[in-house]
Amino acid sequence: MLSLWQAIRRVGRVAEPAPAGPAGPAPAAAGELAGSVQVRHVDAGSCNGCEVEIGAAFGPVYDAERYGARLVASPRHADALLVTGVVTRNMAEPLRRTYEAVAEPKAVVAVGDCARNCGVFAGAYGVVGAVADVVPVDAEVVGCPPRPETIVAALRLLTGR
Amino acid sequence: MTALGVVGGVLQAAVVVGGAPLLLGLMRQVRARLEGRAGPGIGQPWRDLRKLLRKQSITPRGTTEVFRVAPVLLVAMTLVVAVVAPLVTTASAVPAVADLFVVVALLAHATVVIALAGLDSGTAFGGMGASREVTVLALVEPTALVAIFALSVPAGSTSLPAIVGTVLDDPQRLISPTSLLAAVALATVIVAETGRLPVDNPSTHLELTMIHEAMVLEYAGPDLALVELGSAMRLSVYLGLFTSLFVPWGIATTATPLALGVGVAALVVKVGVAGAVLAALEVFLAKLRLFRVPELLAGSFLLALLAVTTAYVLG
Amino acid sequence: MVAAGLLGAVAGVVAMTGTAWSVALPGLLPLTGLEFDVDPLSGVFLAVGGAVAVAAGIFAVGATRHGLDRPGVQAALPAFIGSLLLVPAAGSIGTLLWCWELMALTSLVLVVAEHRERPAVASAGLWYAVMTHVGFVAIMVGMLVAAGPAEDGSFVAVRAGAADLSPAAASLAFLVCLAGFGSKAGMVPLHPWLPRAHPEAPSHVSALMSAAMVNLGVYGVVRVGIDLLGGGPSWWWVTVLVLGAVSAVYGILQAAVGSDLKRLLGYSTTENMGLVLVAVGACGMFAAGGDRALAGLALTAALLHLMTHAAFKTVLFLSAGSVLHATGSRDLDALGGLRSRMPVTTAAFGVGALSASALPPGAAFVSEWLLLQALIHGLPAPGVVPAVVLPLGVAAIALTAGLAVATFVKAFGIGFLGRPRSGAAAAATESGPAMLAGIGLAALACVALAVGPTVVLPTLADIAGGLVHAAPAVTGTVAIELVGVTGVLSPLLLVAASAVGTASVVGGVRLLARRRDRRRARLWDCGAGPLSARMEYTATSFAEPLQRVFDGVLASEQDVDVSHHRESRYLVAAVSYRRALPDRVERRLYTPLLHAMTTWGRVGRGLATGSVHRYLGYGFVTLCGLLALLVVTR
Repeated sequence: MLSLWQAIRRVGRVAEPAPAGPAGPAPAAAGELAGSVQVRHVDAGSCNGCEVEIGAAFGPVYDAERYGARLVASPRHADALLVTGVVTRNMAEPLRRTYEAVAEPKAVVAVGDCARNCGVFAGAYGVVGAVADVVPVDAEVVGCPPRPETIVAALRLLTGR
Repeated sequence: MTALGVVGGVLQAAVVVGGAPLLLGLMRQVRARLEGRAGPGIGQPWRDLRKLLRKQSITPRGTTEVFRVAPVLLVAMTLVVAVVAPLVTTASAVPAVADLFVVVALLAHATVVIALAGLDSGTAFGGMGASREVTVLALVEPTALVAIFALSVPAGSTSLPAIVGTVLDDPQRLISPTSLLAAVALATVIVAETGRLPVDNPSTHLELTMIHEAMVLEYAGPDLALVELGSAMRLSVYLGLFTSLFVPWGIATTATPLALGVGVAALVVKVGVAGAVLAALEVFLAKLRLFRVPELLAGSFLLALLAVTTAYVLG
Repeated sequence: MVAAGLLGAVAGVVAMTGTAWSVALPGLLPLTGLEFDVDPLSGVFLAVGGAVAVAAGIFAVGATRHGLDRPGVQAALPAFIGSLLLVPAAGSIGTLLWCWELMALTSLVLVVAEHRERPAVASAGLWYAVMTHVGFVAIMVGMLVAAGPAEDGSFVAVRAGAADLSPAAASLAFLVCLAGFGSKAGMVPLHPWLPRAHPEAPSHVSALMSAAMVNLGVYGVVRVGIDLLGGGPSWWWVTVLVLGAVSAVYGILQAAVGSDLKRLLGYSTTENMGLVLVAVGACGMFAAGGDRALAGLALTAALLHLMTHAAFKTVLFLSAGSVLHATGSRDLDALGGLRSRMPVTTAAFGVGALSASALPPGAAFVSEWLLLQALIHGLPAPGVVPAVVLPLGVAAIALTAGLAVATFVKAFGIGFLGRPRSGAAAAATESGPAMLAGIGLAALACVALAVGPTVVLPTLADIAGGLVHAAPAVTGTVAIELVGVTGVLSPLLLVAASAVGTASVVGGVRLLARRRDRRRARLWDCGAGPLSARMEYTATSFAEPLQRVFDGVLASEQDVDVSHHRESRYLVAAVSYRRALPDRVERRLYTPLLHAMTTWGRVGRGLATGSVHRYLGYGFVTLCGLLALLVVTR
């Protein structure tokens, strides 16, 4: 316990200073969410590269939680879906059902190039399509994998903070 | 029913409803800072509630009115406790209900209602959460009642205003072994009943490790807002009761505006400090395995029994 | 039956308010005659028994219409109710024993009514027959010892003669009577018949047995110990208190891990009678210590708990009967989803479960609160015994309260909510109006006792005070106010405050939430296929954590069988898991006892060969032995 306390004292604050708020049109749902976005992450067929970056975005350095975004366990609690990867055949229906399970108002963020336009997996066996082919997408995050800053920026568009 | 009691009851309800989400925000902020994060600010739970109230409610197919009524009852029962317990003033709005047994049993009833809602959803996680929550409740209840027993022996009554009044009259009792042992036992009860570490992890995302969260996975929108508000209020009320029982200074004994103001300020400061300490301690704790939890609770039960025995031997 | 019940209830209420009456019918039965003497204490039990009989009788009308009752049951039921009401009215030892035996025999006939359908009924009947008659013998012996110095067998004479009884004889009489009456009340370790016989009887009979008949065990203990023998030393009552505490914890523990609805309710009866015995024990202990006001309080708590237990156990057993009628099952693991199919039964069971789990604003909360108040205020009493016994008593009650919550959340949540776990539960339909009327009546009584216990409490306090020679311990109309010690509780205001709280929360949400239409959606199944009923938690899985926690006490028997494919040990063909929770007291105490008796019998068989010469020889040897004994002792 003492060593943990010393570590806390030594490290101090690791969160980077908040960059300026992102420019760009906010998704329609952002107005009603007003500073609080609960996020449910759906892996529709990702290579797990994006997951690592999402983990970093919610980690202490980028700290997406300080803008009012929080990961939750149930889509019923969620306002936004964070979908990664191409939508594979087995995940198309579960993704649809997850979208169904979210209460209005809701938003979908497609994270990474695969989710946006199938990326390197375009036309591959077992791929149904990009996320937008299955559920309506409100925001996109570019990159393969995307940088944590861009994921945080997309979430900030939703929270408006 | 005195003027002081009624005014105090209204004030307490307002302070608890308004302050409970802020307490939760404070605790998250303390934790975030200790983890090296910036944190979302103590107003975040209120922002979450505001948003949830704007969202749509969802009734899963196959659920009954038990599912729908449970969040309302959770908040209502906690609200009753917030009104009648001595938090801001020593007088109670409804003295005939301000009994320590009644208060603890009402809070337990609120838990039961949510457990029934979890069972009503008929999902595996709902049943699992309900089963675990009720198991913890069944093991916590004895500790709570025996600790109450220990606290009520010096006062000669289980009436909350009487117990708090006795302590105010004779503060030396607080450093008696009875009081200290009972305090430790009650602290364990509070940690277990409000689902904090090491009994339950309030911020877990993994269903299999959940206790409280697993029961409420089906709630959305305003229903979820009530569940979250109810949980936050439970925490505040428990901490408020704890501080009133063991650190009662500042609590209003007269109905003057100054005394009431001091009472509210003292309550906010005391509960805030207690919450911050709890949150800071949580950073150092890992969640216990579910089947290690009974050992913790059995230990607290023994402490409570010991408290009663010392109350007799030294009393 | 209903009329008899009504008559009993009215007579009881009249008697409770102080109008005692007595009847002597010397010629009606040979040797003893019949003597009836109804005092306020009898009145309580008459009123409770009569009220239960009314609800059960109305239910029985519906059950008969559905062809559930065979003629034997219909004939024995009125006799059972009659004897049930005559036992507390008995005014002499002979009359009490007659009525007691009549009650035992008629209830036995009712218990074995369905023996053709289920083999378990016969075994339950055998247990019941043996235990109840052993109990009868104990009561008879105890009462005869108690009546030793008395002029005749009437209670008046026994009461007058009790002063001349030597302490040893009085203790013997009390302990033997405690065993006899305790076995009727389901006191551990004399309880094994109860969770067997109560579930196997038709449900309205179960209700009568569990809600009315067991009370008479407590009646006997109070009548003999406090009234006839006039109190006695403290250790009698410490024994009662400890046995009560053990019964309460053991009973509710078995109920918490059980999955048979009616058996669970039977064990809950053991628990509640245990709590009543704790209260009675505390009463006797305080009285022996000279603290008569607290003794009155404890006895008041006992009487109130008897009353509330009768009310909620009637509701629970009758609703279980309704469920059994609709689904043919009392296994919680096969029920569920009854809310939409049997709304009235579900609501009634909910009311009963709330009362039984002793949460405010349920009915049993008030009586347990009174009991806890008595125990808490007893701690400052001088002596080491209260200092040890009372905290343990509170701890036992506390453990019981927690486990009772778990038990009834399970019974209600698994049995009635969620989705049906079997085809029979899915096809259930609501029972007929007569059955529902019986259930509803009992549920109303539960609600009335929860909201307005102050209507009956002063009367009960009067009766309890009269028995222990103290002023009434409780007064008040809106709030229950304790006399002599500080303590106040108002169930009515509690309900009102909860109602106001609920209304303000609903209003607040209406005001603040944006009005959107509530949407119906499929259950969240993690995106996979639809959830099936097999994925639901069952009663067994619900209780599994508790079973693991208390495994040291329960000693469950678990068995995992893994069978492999013939081709390879690595390929598992099937895994079967069995779990049994035998009653440990029964297993450890009664199985060896029964085994020893069987062995004795087998050994004794060699003595009885059928040869007349041998029997004459036995007679001769016995005679010689007796003569030798006389020579030695004279």
